[in-house]
Amino acid sequence: MTLLEVTLLTPLVGGLLLAFVGHRPIGGWINVAVSVVTFAASLIMALDVFAGGPQLTTGKLFYIDAFNVYLVALTAFVGLSTAIFSRPYMRHEVEIGRVTGGRLRLYHSMYQGFLFAMLLALSTNNLGVLWVAMEAATLTTVLLVSLYRTPESVEAAWKYFILCGVGIAQALFGTVLVYFAAEQKLGAGRDDTLLWTVLHASASSLDPTVLSLAFVFLLVGYGTKVGLVPLHAWLPDAHSEGPTPMSAVLSGLLLNVALYALVRLKMLVDASLHTHLAGYLMMGFGLVSFMVAGLFLHRQHDIKRMFSYSSIEHMGLMTYAFGLGGPLATFGALLHMTVHSLTKSAIFITVGHASQLAGTQRIDKIRGLIRTQPAVGWGLLIGTVAIAGFPPFGVFTSEFLLLTATMKAWPWLAVPLLVGFGVAFAGLFRHLHPMVYGEPPPGQKPVHANMLPVMLHLALVLWLGLAIPGFLARWFEQATLLISGASPL
Amino acid sequence: MDFAQLSLYNQAIIVFAALVLFTSFIMLAQARMLPLIFAFAWQGVLLAIVTALVAFVSDHPHLYISAALTVALKVFLIPWLLYRLAVRLNIHYDAEALRHPSLLLLAGAGLVIFSYYVALPIVQLSGLATRNTIAVSIAVVLIGMLLMIARKKAVAQVIGFMSIENGLFFSAVVSTYGMPLIVELGVAFDVLVAAILFGVFFFHMRESFDTLDVDRLTRLSEVHEALLVHEETGKQPPDGT
Repeated sequence: MTLLEVTLLTPLVGGLLLAFVGHRPIGGWINVAVSVVTFAASLIMALDVFAGGPQLTTGKLFYIDAFNVYLVALTAFVGLSTAIFSRPYMRHEVEIGRVTGGRLRLYHSMYQGFLFAMLLALSTNNLGVLWVAMEAATLTTVLLVSLYRTPESVEAAWKYFILCGVGIAQALFGTVLVYFAAEQKLGAGRDDTLLWTVLHASASSLDPTVLSLAFVFLLVGYGTKVGLVPLHAWLPDAHSEGPTPMSAVLSGLLLNVALYALVRLKMLVDASLHTHLAGYLMMGFGLVSFMVAGLFLHRQHDIKRMFSYSSIEHMGLMTYAFGLGGPLATFGALLHMTVHSLTKSAIFITVGHASQLAGTQRIDKIRGLIRTQPAVGWGLLIGTVAIAGFPPFGVFTSEFLLLTATMKAWPWLAVPLLVGFGVAFAGLFRHLHPMVYGEPPPGQKPVHANMLPVMLHLALVLWLGLAIPGFLARWFEQATLLISGASPL
Repeated sequence: MDFAQLSLYNQAIIVFAALVLFTSFIMLAQARMLPLIFAFAWQGVLLAIVTALVAFVSDHPHLYISAALTVALKVFLIPWLLYRLAVRLNIHYDAEALRHPSLLLLAGAGLVIFSYYVALPIVQLSGLATRNTIAVSIAVVLIGMLLMIARKKAVAQVIGFMSIENGLFFSAVVSTYGMPLIVELGVAFDVLVAAILFGVFFFHMRESFDTLDVDRLTRLSEVHEALLVHEETGKQPPDGT
């Protein structure tokens, strides 16, 4: 078996196994073990690709290059650390009676199914399979959003299902149009026309009118999953009503995978159009999402909703940066993808502990975290400082790179960006301050919390902010070279 | 385009494509649940006939598999599933009060015209015998969306969702003679899983809201949240209790 097969099959087999034993106490451990194997395989594969260049499997169904392999490794890593967090968290949920054994089994099984769908979406070479995997990622998580079966969670799951389902249907139409354009050029009757490698090689000869039409549909389709305003309505609901480990992986990983799909397709469209149409569209959508989500941060009353708006804001920023193009912005966007995933999943893990501790997700009921349980309180404080873009954390580095790139290409756009950073910072901190400091309500007791994943994530983000290790920088450089055609270093 | 000069098979494709579009309009205006489900099944039948005809005319045998999949999924399995659910939830005689049905149909007609406009560059490029029906497939997708916007019942929304899928499948058949088989199988699998999940959701919604009216789903919105804080009635917090 190749490493890729191990990476893909482990979560699939693990998910099937957990469908039978997921409710037992050992289920949580199996979930962790499966994630360890997946991560180890993906890491070795990443080093392989880094040393030996892109790999195309024999059936041409999978293609691994510098761009997606780092996302595969990141996905497997966040999947692992969230699995470590989710084991005690879900046990606690079972103990207080919010989740029954059957639903725990569903949760564990679908957790691995979701990881499989995302890894498949990242590693496939076929644009149709990419779509199928993205839809599968929705299908595996929709029942997890409604895991608690409260009216709110059922409503959130229904919205998630309908909006993402219809949204992503647009992406399928876009894919059909790309296929149509390719068949016109490459001839009908070939079965490799939808492969990304084939399309990318012949992109410059594809019909620009059809491809620009296709990109509009693809942007709306995958943009719904990225959470771009005004297609974002499902995102805060799905993130706030589901179990917290789900929020961590949805926010840290699923949004990335959707953005990955969009960037891949932008590479095709750019090569065909020879204009910046796709880039302009992405810049516009991204900037609007960035600004609107920053404003929405101010009026949140639910802690998980607040951080999901922060995710929309950051995804908007990344979409904007990929749209901006150019080596510096692309490098910054790739770095931002990494640090945002790490930081946001760390924050959601901390938020999960904080809301278990306070017994609620309402911001005005969560008080005095540092007094009650310093690890959780400081974790939330440091995580929020990191996500707000303070130096020395990695988010600062990437945001600074993006700002520099903006100054070079579109100086006047630096103004809304800076204002947006300020608005988002104020929105986060006006809610954060009373939650971590302040007087704890009487009778608030510490919970059993495993802060190891949080510390690991935040340490990595800090490291990326202080000094990007040489091999990682070269790796980002390879990916940037692939996407933008020029090296930033 | 002179339709009389086309071969009989091509004319038949166009006729059946028009009938597919016609069923879309029927669904748009059909307020009662059971006829709505049957209209959806008929759309599946017509779609399968078009697919089989295209397979025959263009000599693409793999389209026969697609047609068979359509018959199995969209004519039998999904309508049967919805029918069973409707009977079990006792909503099969429900009718939905449609506001402005004639306006809805006019909007549908407008979408058809818009689809022909959108399809212009594609049709000019295409050399396929079926290129005249590409606009019809786009119209089916858009009317499915209109249906989902206009309807309040969860069952009707699912029908709209599935008819969007029908339109997408149709567009793949007529513009490119079908997607590669692996993709089509994957899409069919996703649709099947989605249909089953929708069924699960009907029960959840009935349990939580005592109704399948989607416009009752208003607990999660920024406005509602703000109202709650003012009134201090407080929703049950998702955590705790």
